[in-house]
Amino acid sequence: MMKSTLKRVMPQIIILALVLAANVLVFPGFFNIEFQHGRLFGNLIDVLNRGAPTALLATGMTLVIATRGIDLSVGAVMAIAGAVAASAVVGGAHWTLAVLMALAAGAACGLWNGLLVAIFRIQPIVATLVLMVAGRGIAQLLTEGAILTFNDPGLIRLGAGTIAAVPTPIWIWIAVACAVGLVIRRSALGLLIEAVGINQTSSRLAGINARVLLIAVYLVSGLCAALAGVIVAADIKGADANNAGLWMELDAILAVVIGGNSLLGGRFSITASLLGALIIQGVNSLILLSGMPVEFNLVIKALIIIAILVIQSPRVRHSLYLLRASTGPVLRERPKPAPRTPQEEGQS
Amino acid sequence: MNILKSLLASAAILVPAVAMAEGETVGFSQIGSESGWRAAETTVTKQQAEERGITLKFADAQQKQENQIKAIRGFVAQGVDAILLAPVVATGWEEVLEEAKDADIPVILLDRNIDAPEDLYMTAVTSDQVHEGMVAGNWLVEAVGDAECPVVELQGTTGSSPAISRKKGFEEAIAAADNISITRSQTGDFTRAQGKVVMESFLKSEGGENICALYAHNDDMAVGAIQAIKEAGLKPGEDIKIVSIDSVPDIHLAMKAGEANATVELTPNMAGPAFDVLEAYWADGTMPPKWIQTESKLYTSDDDNAAIYESKKDLGY
Repeated sequence: MMKSTLKRVMPQIIILALVLAANVLVFPGFFNIEFQHGRLFGNLIDVLNRGAPTALLATGMTLVIATRGIDLSVGAVMAIAGAVAASAVVGGAHWTLAVLMALAAGAACGLWNGLLVAIFRIQPIVATLVLMVAGRGIAQLLTEGAILTFNDPGLIRLGAGTIAAVPTPIWIWIAVACAVGLVIRRSALGLLIEAVGINQTSSRLAGINARVLLIAVYLVSGLCAALAGVIVAADIKGADANNAGLWMELDAILAVVIGGNSLLGGRFSITASLLGALIIQGVNSLILLSGMPVEFNLVIKALIIIAILVIQSPRVRHSLYLLRASTGPVLRERPKPAPRTPQEEGQS
Repeated sequence: MNILKSLLASAAILVPAVAMAEGETVGFSQIGSESGWRAAETTVTKQQAEERGITLKFADAQQKQENQIKAIRGFVAQGVDAILLAPVVATGWEEVLEEAKDADIPVILLDRNIDAPEDLYMTAVTSDQVHEGMVAGNWLVEAVGDAECPVVELQGTTGSSPAISRKKGFEEAIAAADNISITRSQTGDFTRAQGKVVMESFLKSEGGENICALYAHNDDMAVGAIQAIKEAGLKPGEDIKIVSIDSVPDIHLAMKAGEANATVELTPNMAGPAFDVLEAYWADGTMPPKWIQTESKLYTSDDDNAAIYESKKDLGY
């Protein structure tokens, strides 16, 4: 079990190691971690800390994508959740209540997406596009277009504080990922989600309640997004409805894709998606540390990500496989297109 | 004069017939709610109109040029006395401005300019963003004196005109000072969150003790950076001097707390000068120059930042 997981995520681990090595090249002190003013202080901590929103979104997004869906609304849900939490504490609510309200808002958004997809059978990309566009408007309504600043120490601690010298967001994303992973993998849920993603009709005929499962994955995605939104707002002590979570849905999808998960649903690995999120953050860190002129930022990022995706493409992998196998007798067959059946997906 | 106007304005509410005769009507096509500053601009425009007894017709374009063109056509059809336009993009205005011109309705551009023949609009009220950067740079040159001062810069969104101009102005201002140099410059996308992230990276790659000052292209990024500096255990405002642009309420709070040093105001009151121009034009047909530059006022920790915060906090920033 453990060994197969390790084999599955090995490409992501290698890529992450390469990205981190590149960071050391441009900034030799990259791995230095110091203990300063009651908190761990270092670039590696920053990568883990700044990767928190993407990692949280990627956790929910992996499940959604495993059902052959997609959730474009997570960035907007982040903005809504941040706005809800901020207006609650500004209105005098206790911060725990504010967080609960933000989570409830995220759950409501997820439920809405789930209903559109599972009950009304609208294509996920269209169904979640509605909230992606409208959600930011809702958040702007809540904050009246301004940055809603707050000073509640409890709420701020979730984004900018530390627990045992480690920034709180790191604890949160690791805890959420472990909780979701355990529930999914220690029960049949993961298998059922994969079944729905591979063939919804036949899974339904086999007795799986596909509707409830679909609604549930969008609900989880909404909750993860809400948590990410609270962290981002707490980090800057304010809800910035115009910018919070802007384009984050694309980073989350990218993390899932870098994690080697197929957008066509089926087998999935949350661990790999999380590594994908860290790879993206590692690349961001590389760009910041390199000190290159800002005009190069997006070009560098694009080149690195293209390289990562090409290395992971079925054709290149198959060629690598052939290269390795060519030491022994091997059938020279044409590389197969991307694997589709569940058995093959399991090995990829 | 103002009393007379407010009397007229209150009379206008009571006796609509008088309002038709006295109060002028101005249409205002606003871009939409893209930032706190723009929300403040809308609020101030409404206040200014009310103070002067001008009836303001407000149209929010939600960041779309076609909505602005529709709004202007609507204003022309309603026969307003003048149109204020905060253009969302620089091109594609000729046709609709031609229509306004044919109807003899003066158009005044607010806070952004357009690529169109000058005779299509009366004037443009904008700030000079290069000048804003210069004011910030001059402050720093004066504040550090002869001391060696490596500066880190948080740029606005890459390629945006305020980012380019504010960078240029600042660089021109510090060019003569050999002791001041920009050691790191990265974009913070004009947002608080990115400002904080990039500052964290600066603090590690340069070392906090090797940074003398931070120049941020807007206050929001500076507010984010201040938090990053505090989390790194340094004192913003003392260990690292902070100068930024915009003068939003939160930076005045930071200046009051001694965590920021200076900000250059981008005034949200673009409508005031525009209404002045219109009133002069209506009175005796005076034509204004084609560009009215708003003041780029410098605020430092010597100002009464608590009072400035109070006066700004309800403007919708």
